[in-house]
Amino acid sequence: MVRGLGILVGLVFAFVVLWAFGHGAYTYVTNPPEQTAEARYHLPPREEVRFSFDGPLGRFDEQQLQRGFQVYREVCSTCHGLGQVAFRSLRDIGYSEAEVRAIADQWPHQVPSINPDTGEAATRKAIPADHIPGPYANDTMARAANNNALPPDLSLMAKAREGGPHYIYSILTGFRNPPAGYEVPQGLHYNPYFPNLNIAMPPPLTADGQVTYAPGNPRPTVDQMAQDVSAFLMWAAEPNLTTRHAVGLPVLVFLLIATILAYLSYQNIWHGGDRRVRATGALDPENMEKRQQASREAGVTE
Amino acid sequence: MSFPWAEKYTPKHPFMRWLDQRLPLPRLAYGAVGGGYPVPRNLNYFWNFGVLAGLALTLQIVTGIILAMHYQAGDATAFNSVEHIMRDVNQGWFLRYAHANGASMFFIVTYIHIFRGLYYGSYKAPREMVWMLGLVIFLLMMATAFMGYVLPWGQMSFWGAKVITGLFGAIPLVGDPIQHWLLGGYAPDQPTLTRFFSLHYLLPFVIAGVIVLHIWALHIPGSGNPTGVDVKSPQDTLPFHPYYTAKDGFGVGIFFIVFALLLFFAPNAFGHPVNYVEANPLSTPAHIVPEWYFWPFYAILRAFTSDFILEAKLWGVLAMFGSILLLFFLPWLDKSPVRSGSYRPTFRIFFWILVADVLVLGYCGGSPAEEPYVMISQIATAYYFIHFLIVLPLLSMFEKTLPLPNSISESVLHGEEAEAAPIGVTTTA
Repeated sequence: MVRGLGILVGLVFAFVVLWAFGHGAYTYVTNPPEQTAEARYHLPPREEVRFSFDGPLGRFDEQQLQRGFQVYREVCSTCHGLGQVAFRSLRDIGYSEAEVRAIADQWPHQVPSINPDTGEAATRKAIPADHIPGPYANDTMARAANNNALPPDLSLMAKAREGGPHYIYSILTGFRNPPAGYEVPQGLHYNPYFPNLNIAMPPPLTADGQVTYAPGNPRPTVDQMAQDVSAFLMWAAEPNLTTRHAVGLPVLVFLLIATILAYLSYQNIWHGGDRRVRATGALDPENMEKRQQASREAGVTE
Repeated sequence: MSFPWAEKYTPKHPFMRWLDQRLPLPRLAYGAVGGGYPVPRNLNYFWNFGVLAGLALTLQIVTGIILAMHYQAGDATAFNSVEHIMRDVNQGWFLRYAHANGASMFFIVTYIHIFRGLYYGSYKAPREMVWMLGLVIFLLMMATAFMGYVLPWGQMSFWGAKVITGLFGAIPLVGDPIQHWLLGGYAPDQPTLTRFFSLHYLLPFVIAGVIVLHIWALHIPGSGNPTGVDVKSPQDTLPFHPYYTAKDGFGVGIFFIVFALLLFFAPNAFGHPVNYVEANPLSTPAHIVPEWYFWPFYAILRAFTSDFILEAKLWGVLAMFGSILLLFFLPWLDKSPVRSGSYRPTFRIFFWILVADVLVLGYCGGSPAEEPYVMISQIATAYYFIHFLIVLPLLSMFEKTLPLPNSISESVLHGEEAEAAPIGVTTTA
């Protein structure tokens, strides 16, 4: 009964889905989908650049993070916010308390506040406890200032795109002239690493030495600055990465030892010598031995 | 318990004797997961996964309760509160990654547990109730996981909620009212978030309750085993404790190693990057995909692309729900008297085709709705239904099975069960 009904229902579902397959296959053959410009020109993020935090034991390089922060502050922060990151957390990339206070105090954008005398909307200078204020009060203002494009907040950008920091690096270094015959819409810029190829952001890093690094740092080429700010944005998105890797290794070592002990204890319980009572009758090991011997003598293999 | 030779609980300490006369809780535990539950001696490692699923649920409840102390279910606050957990809460990143990857671990072990049941015929008499309660747990897990994924209020949370609740919109006549009732509005919004949070907190405890029934129903006939042959004598069994607690202890170790590898070294491997962008009703992501554990069902949903009497979308919804509901009828679809796939040579071939088929469906479900993925998932969907509804009923009528061993002990004596306890190990103290 159930089987008969089941076969019937199975035939119906299989028929309908194969019917759909027939339709799809027919359309696919008679009217093959055209290759879109995105499919033709889009490039995956450049994986060849290596970061210090790659791999299971990778960790952030504080010097690089500070350089990246400098690039963010002097270039990116003009248009992009970093709203999830508090000034106080800059302590984690090697700035002293006084330096953090100075960075907050001199930040190019101020924090919304109210005028204590009149109660009207006002702004004040940032303090270390504040999250980093963005350049615009709201999205409408951001769009108005950017030809109707919205510069996204960068706090989580390194986790919010396929390829993460490699994607950011690729975008920053990927601006180029469009291929022959490809029309870039007015006001947009060709970048094959951007999903639809046309990004509203103009190339932000245009010349070597655009940012002046402190002595003792690598030369601020466009490539170097792009790497540094990508690393910094990875820290902004995942500030606990170094801790996570550092904790993970001893945890694994501990688990490995615990698991080996658990395995030995399992083997000991199952195959150890401490058997409390022996099986009886045919299953008694002695009887089994006798039986097997008898079989062997009789030439029968058990 | 069901076997007359099951060890009886005898309290040794006077306090335990006192307690046992008033509240026989230790007696219950002893009979359920202690020395008083005789288990076939030939269980292989695939029998570890029930315990592992219970462990995964426990971990989810513990991490989830702590996360709920810091999470704020509001359309303007949810996303930021998750980032607050990641950055400012002590070990918050650990808790959140443990919870997110814990869900993946829960589904991994549950899927292995289910396929174990499919291979060894664990759904067959007399364990139909165990199987069906397990499916209820699976459905509850899916509901819980779906609602949990909405809570961070990222782009995929929002659009996933919209697409999945939109499935109910495909039901004729009452579809739209049902969708609005589920969401508490016309689109996912504050009412959706708060009700999903409330239910996401409730359902794990419902799951725990159904697990009690699942284990209760299991303990009536006792555990199955790789030969599928019934337990016949004391020689066939070992007490659960210490034999299987020890074996499960090793399994738990492996579970935690895999879990730690994910949590510490690839915590976002199973996640979708777009969910790190806050929900935005005005911007649709390029590809909306659910979490990986829904991919096979998502592929079935999207495989129905042509109207045939009914609308294509309705076919997809019927097939997606049908693909799980048909499993409830499995004990009556597959009437082969032989339980274990090890003694069913033809069944075994189809079983492995099914495993490959579900993996292909999963791959297609996670890919964009483009060719060739749609055509592949259509073939794979057809096989899924043919396997359960046509192949299994026919096989159980015509298949020539291999001879079964007379008993579990005999199969152990012949060395058929490599992992079994040697016969010298005994059952009574």
